[in-house]
Amino acid sequence: MLGKLDWSAIPIDQPIPLVAGAVVLVAILGVLTWVVVKGHLPYLWGEWITSVDHKRIGVMYILLASVMLLRGGSDAIMMRIQQAVAYQSQGYLPPEHYNQIFSAHGTIMIFFVAMPFVIGLMNLVVPLQLGVRDVAFPTLNSVGFWLTATGALLVNVSLVVGEFARTGWLAFPPLSELAYSPGVGVDYYAWSLQISGVGTLVAGINLVTTVLKLRTRGMNYLRMPMFCWTTLASNLLIVAAFPILTATLAMLLLDRYLGFHFFTNEAGGNVMMFMNLIWAWGHPEVYILVLPAFGIFSEVVSTFSGKALFGYRSMVLATMAICVISFMVWLHHFFTMGAGPDVNAIFGIASMIIAIPTGVKIYNWLFTMYGGRIRFATPMLWSVGFMVTFIIGGLTGVLVAVPPADFMLHNSMFLVAHFHNVIIGGVLFGAFAGFEYWFPKAFGFRLDERWGKAAFWFTFLGFYVTFMPLYIAGMLGMTRRMQHYDVASWRPWMIVAAVGVAVLSIGVICQIVQLVVSIRNREALRDRTGDPWDGRSLEWATSSPPPVFNFAFNPDVRGEDAYWEMKARARQQSLEHEVPEYQDIEMPRNSPTGFVCAFFATIMGFALIWHIWWMVILGGIGAFATFVVFAWRDHDEYVIPAEQVAAIDRVNIEERRSLVSMAGAV
Amino acid sequence: MNLLDPQGPVAAGNSTILVDSVFIMLVIVVPTIIAILGFAFWFRASNPKARYQPHFVYSGRVEMVVWSIPALTVILLGGVAWIGSHQLDPAAPVPGTGSPVRIQAVSLDWKWLFIYPDQRIATINTLTVPAGAELNFQLTSSSVMNTFFIPQLGSMIYTMNGMVTKLNLRADNEGKLQGLSAHFSGDGFPDMMFDVNVVSPLAFPDWVATTARTDAVLNADTYKKLMQQGIEKGRPVYRLDDPRLFDLIASQHIPPGPGPELASEAGRPHSGGHDAR
Repeated sequence: MLGKLDWSAIPIDQPIPLVAGAVVLVAILGVLTWVVVKGHLPYLWGEWITSVDHKRIGVMYILLASVMLLRGGSDAIMMRIQQAVAYQSQGYLPPEHYNQIFSAHGTIMIFFVAMPFVIGLMNLVVPLQLGVRDVAFPTLNSVGFWLTATGALLVNVSLVVGEFARTGWLAFPPLSELAYSPGVGVDYYAWSLQISGVGTLVAGINLVTTVLKLRTRGMNYLRMPMFCWTTLASNLLIVAAFPILTATLAMLLLDRYLGFHFFTNEAGGNVMMFMNLIWAWGHPEVYILVLPAFGIFSEVVSTFSGKALFGYRSMVLATMAICVISFMVWLHHFFTMGAGPDVNAIFGIASMIIAIPTGVKIYNWLFTMYGGRIRFATPMLWSVGFMVTFIIGGLTGVLVAVPPADFMLHNSMFLVAHFHNVIIGGVLFGAFAGFEYWFPKAFGFRLDERWGKAAFWFTFLGFYVTFMPLYIAGMLGMTRRMQHYDVASWRPWMIVAAVGVAVLSIGVICQIVQLVVSIRNREALRDRTGDPWDGRSLEWATSSPPPVFNFAFNPDVRGEDAYWEMKARARQQSLEHEVPEYQDIEMPRNSPTGFVCAFFATIMGFALIWHIWWMVILGGIGAFATFVVFAWRDHDEYVIPAEQVAAIDRVNIEERRSLVSMAGAV
Repeated sequence: MNLLDPQGPVAAGNSTILVDSVFIMLVIVVPTIIAILGFAFWFRASNPKARYQPHFVYSGRVEMVVWSIPALTVILLGGVAWIGSHQLDPAAPVPGTGSPVRIQAVSLDWKWLFIYPDQRIATINTLTVPAGAELNFQLTSSSVMNTFFIPQLGSMIYTMNGMVTKLNLRADNEGKLQGLSAHFSGDGFPDMMFDVNVVSPLAFPDWVATTARTDAVLNADTYKKLMQQGIEKGRPVYRLDDPRLFDLIASQHIPPGPGPELASEAGRPHSGGHDAR
């Protein structure tokens, strides 16, 4: 009746996951009770859960990423403590638990923190920057989000029901095959990623279509803000790369469920085929994450320097070059498999070539600052911190692209330090910069600057104290994923790294405090103009938070930095707004399709993991039926009458008169 | 285990390239970081001496320079990578004094088996080699992937079931080194560290003779016991019964290791593959 599921799946003998799970469960129940008792449920359902508004979906993506950041961060703290104490001893985590933790940490941080954070920011901002009313497929957008949430939920369920993979975040076979990982851990891993992978793919299709097909008047390709370009590049990569991940995991699942032999040791299975396929997705994946971050930094550096982006066309070229070349370097993840020197050298050099456009980007940000009038608000601090940190990560990245150096550093703590250097220093700093920068746009009030700056400095310093010692440990021969060790020279560096992660945690706490303090002081921090940073692109041309239709009129774009030019023109010609003729606006209706579909997908995923076949069929039929019902809908749009549009827009125009801009001043 | 303290020519070559590459990159990285901090500081809004130039958004000369600097660096480093990959190819010969020593390494769950086919002996978790001689490694795995790595001798390489990788090394100085597995392989992975005893070329034959006198014999049966998952704290040695043992393992004539014992595991509906032959 319940497949492999029985009471032994609950880890009664392991207090840590049980207590953690219980705390999370209590917290969720507490929040739910509060919502129901206070009568917020209809609001939550009507305005958020069923929302197809790209801004709301973007906010929910970021909320998901933030919650999962805390989960992944807890894993990180546990790992650093384990390695600090497990010298000539077993530490406090037995191998079967430690191995789950580092696997979950990697999986969560990449798929359920970094991905939803950047996708959330793209969702929130790109339609506004393009001057349009929504993404191309609003309901699909909601489906994509909820499927991602399903994946995250399943990963968390594995904490208390069964186990998570103990194979590392990429689940290399043959270790991940049934013979060596007979438990449900790898199944949790694979089905979570299959379901959330569908969500990511539809988000990618949606954003590519939005950028290619839905731009406002005059917004041709070479007038798009840089963030739109990096969004396009990143989502093209999603569309091209995620099917590879899906196919690879599908093959692994066929091996595990139906006795196929794609990657097994026997019967012609080939382990290295998995390696090739997973990295053919995995390397583009890192650019999927970091390109949007590059876009965020481009917006932030330009805005806070009070200058247009230096070398805009060069930046576009560099972005698209990275997009293409990132597909041609995957083999550098396994130079040590013993391929010939020609193969290694060619992939090594191809990997270095990516450093050229990346370097160009750094220099273009540098020259954007040159001659600027730089305001060091929190987003700008993150950006300068990023530039310095990312260069170091780039250096070590090019270093491991040199095959003979990689023969010493592959899989070492040096490598661990390298990719945290670029993912924290690049993606996470970018996500935080974007969060601080666009928060006022999403909610209509700024975040507290003092706590924001404290968060930056603790995170920045904490990063260096945590990861510089790992570089050194790698140089001392330490490999990754060691549950314990006997080498005395590694010990001091593990202790320093544990101190570093404490400093990093203070940074995260500051961020939480910042959010709480800012919400409490929201009236004092209120931004009524919609343009708190003297912005340059169209998202600042509408009110904060924007009305559901974003713009009363599709803006007319006449150059790069569209909104900056509007402000400059208004100032120079002292043009007053003519009284415009407002029209009715049609907007898509909210739809529970995404939530219901994900609900059934969760049931199906859970049932697949535990081999509960009747429930698999139930979930599958449910998810399919949801789609069919949606496809048969009659009315999917509603009309906002012109008078209402006019009323909302007039308020915005009034507030904007008080705006002081540098635009057109020089 | 310091990578910058190489004990053989391969590690010396690797670490020279490592250090050289870092210095080549530091030449542009350090000035760039200084420029970032310098520009950010000088052009702060509160500095009245800094000139505001909002129209400085394109310069052909600057573009030329910013594309050239990374491109030239990569051309230089690309040369280093190309030459280095060929000179330090793991399978490239590493000439040494005396006759080369053939060693066949098998990663087991979770221990290392070193077979000396010419000497007809085998050891677990200890590698004894003569200083100065070329060491010809052939490597495979009994079950899951591992990576064979002696940091101070250089160049790690994967071990994979059903496949053989090749690696040539040389240890120049007598002494004790440590090796490890550099690819996660399951619960016992951290206990896959092994000792490397580099002995004098004269002492090596003595060690071989002593080892060959042991009672324990390594044949297909004892190997199957070794394949069981487990950690080996001791340092057992064996006489080698059949010098073709490694080939039998690599060609899967001896089936892969069994993985975890599944006495109580009801939910394993498919054979998974141990029936393959």
